[in-house]
Amino acid sequence: MSLVFAGVCSHGPGITGRKDMADPQHVAALYAAFAQMRHKLEAAQPDVLVVIAAEHFANFFMNNMPAYCLGLADEYSGPIEDPEWLGIARTTFPGAPGLSKRLIQSLLEDVDVAYAEEWKFDHGISVPLHFLTPACDLPIIPANINCQGPPLTPLHRAWAFGESLGRACTAAPERIAIIATGGISHWPATPDSGKINEAWDREFLTRWAANDKAKLLSYTDAETYAEAGQGGFEIRTFIALACATQGMPAAVDYYQPIPIFAVGCTVGTVDVR
Amino acid sequence: MSLYGLQKLMYELNRDEALQSQYRADRDSILSNFKLDAEERQAIDDEDIGLLYILGVNGQILMHFAAMCGYAWPDYIQAMRDALQVHGNVRAGIYATTDGQGAI
Ligand SMILES: [Fe+2]
Repeated sequence: MSLVFAGVCSHGPGITGRKDMADPQHVAALYAAFAQMRHKLEAAQPDVLVVIAAEHFANFFMNNMPAYCLGLADEYSGPIEDPEWLGIARTTFPGAPGLSKRLIQSLLEDVDVAYAEEWKFDHGISVPLHFLTPACDLPIIPANINCQGPPLTPLHRAWAFGESLGRACTAAPERIAIIATGGISHWPATPDSGKINEAWDREFLTRWAANDKAKLLSYTDAETYAEAGQGGFEIRTFIALACATQGMPAAVDYYQPIPIFAVGCTVGTVDVR
Repeated sequence: MSLYGLQKLMYELNRDEALQSQYRADRDSILSNFKLDAEERQAIDDEDIGLLYILGVNGQILMHFAAMCGYAWPDYIQAMRDALQVHGNVRAGIYATTDGQGAI
């Protein structure tokens, strides 16, 4: 067993970029939850961090959109966004191309995953790493699920992707940490930004923590769009991680709707022991 | 159909600082590579974030583009709200508002 840490978290650009516009108590509690997640990650002494992400057109566009893609680069850079706007300085992150290659080869047994030797991070990865690996020294492997440009991969395929990724990580000798990052219900980048369906979020997180496959996969995209907005499509990342950590107890450590951050901010961890 | 080209222009600008510099120095040299209709070209020339939203640009692309154009967050949100009043709801894509107003 070489999966040493697993967790989920939010990545909204407001979390860092608009922190001065939010209720200071909310900010303090969210940042403390991220710090707690970082402590757990560091205590697990990982060699590498795999990030299941839902990037926002930093690398992939409708000219050639992969449903699934793993990074195979020596290093990654980011964020692409204006550093002042995001509140995060541009930097580079080491990759782990040797492990990437083995993971990709293993995944290809089950999933026709794409790979990329060039990859720029946007807020979707830069915000979590800002909190979790502030020294930018832990090798990263990004694993993207297209959650932005429909047609989107079905939820049961996100589950299968997680299954294959989990199996590949478990078989590797490295100490691997894995996180998934996405919003739950939210209407980001619209005039509805700030709208959050808290009841829907809490129900989803209950299903996630219980690792309830049937209930996690029961959402249709039409329902998600109506009740959880465009941003709700990012549940694919949480679903993939749920499958990668099947049978392990999971807990939601923090949840709080913070409208100016445009999302119900979430931190959750899985007990991988 | 040119919504694709409009979004591709913004996608490429958003992710490439060197291209942004070139765009600022000589806008036409970049825009000539993308097929835009007159309304789209005008919206780009005016950095009219509200109209670009109405035309159906994916919100994730438009948000980064608005930041690139120097929009502060409240002004960016307000530009989309104002545009809904002027033009009606979004014409394409998944970023339409639920009520044609903006909920908040
Ligand atoms: Fe996102």
